[in-house]
Amino acid sequence: MERTAGTELLRGVRAGLPVAVGYLPMAMAFGVLATQTGLHFIQAAAMSLFVYAGASQFASLGLLAGGASALAIVLATLVLNFRHFLMSVALSRRIPLVRRPGRAAWAAPLALGFGITDETFVVASLNESLTPPFFIGLALTAYLAWLSGTLIGAGFSSLIPAVIARGMGVALYAMFIAILIPGVKKTWVNGLVAAAGACLAWGASLAVPGLPSGWRIVIAILAASAVGAAIGREETASTSREEPA
Amino acid sequence: MIWFMIAGMCAVTFVPRVIPLLLGRDLVLPGWIRRWLSFFPYAALGALIFPGILTVVEGRPWIGLSAGACAALLAVKARNAIFPVLAAIAVTVILELAAT
Repeated sequence: MERTAGTELLRGVRAGLPVAVGYLPMAMAFGVLATQTGLHFIQAAAMSLFVYAGASQFASLGLLAGGASALAIVLATLVLNFRHFLMSVALSRRIPLVRRPGRAAWAAPLALGFGITDETFVVASLNESLTPPFFIGLALTAYLAWLSGTLIGAGFSSLIPAVIARGMGVALYAMFIAILIPGVKKTWVNGLVAAAGACLAWGASLAVPGLPSGWRIVIAILAASAVGAAIGREETASTSREEPA
Repeated sequence: MIWFMIAGMCAVTFVPRVIPLLLGRDLVLPGWIRRWLSFFPYAALGALIFPGILTVVEGRPWIGLSAGACAALLAVKARNAIFPVLAAIAVTVILELAAT
């Protein structure tokens, strides 16, 4: 059956709903904290609009409050975002970007790349059929939730009661678990890699207190995936369509 | 100062996300690197779930763990993530209200 771009987009939006539920309270908290740190409403909104990187945005507020220079904050952001480089490398092997001569071949990578976050990466790369419209639907849903949460938080303060917001905060973890389980059912190697990633991330956070979460993820990705590569086959990890005919 | 910071953060966030996609699949990689890359999502999942799930409710790690266990049980049967996610939210809210 031929899938149309429209149905693929909708499929992506549906896959993005749990991400949106998780992003909303986080973005509201960012908006509140940003205005408390002294950012103008427009600046807080611009951060979520143009930077769109949760952990880095929170880190920048902490550094600003501590009196760090703009350059130091930009460098800290670069370091924190190295994990997205790794994720983009992995995603680029999975997403079929059709090259049409004469068309703007770079436009699609720019749009797709902007939408890569920890959450959209794991949802997209573990989806059975990853297409560009699916990813756009997924990323757009997440992005709009992040943006509207920031606007609400910076404009009105967090509208959601704290208990509900913390409840919504568990959404991302529940989603991670829900997409991990089918992979583990496929082969135990996937579960082993995830367990190794969790142990490495936990170990790193205990060994180096205050290690930014971005670096925990980088360490886990590089080392735990090597465990998988040593004992598993490529096809076991994801429905791979590696080499086009 | 703030605007310079935002512009700089935008650049250093955007560029690492986009460059690999621009190079895309033209890059021919040896088999072991492809195998290594294919496990990135699972390794990332592990690190994203743990230890973060312990701090869903600060000082009460068992609430996050219970909600996670509930999501895991439901995910064995559920066809998409929505149902486990909603159940985990409900568990978290109820447990926190019950604990206070």
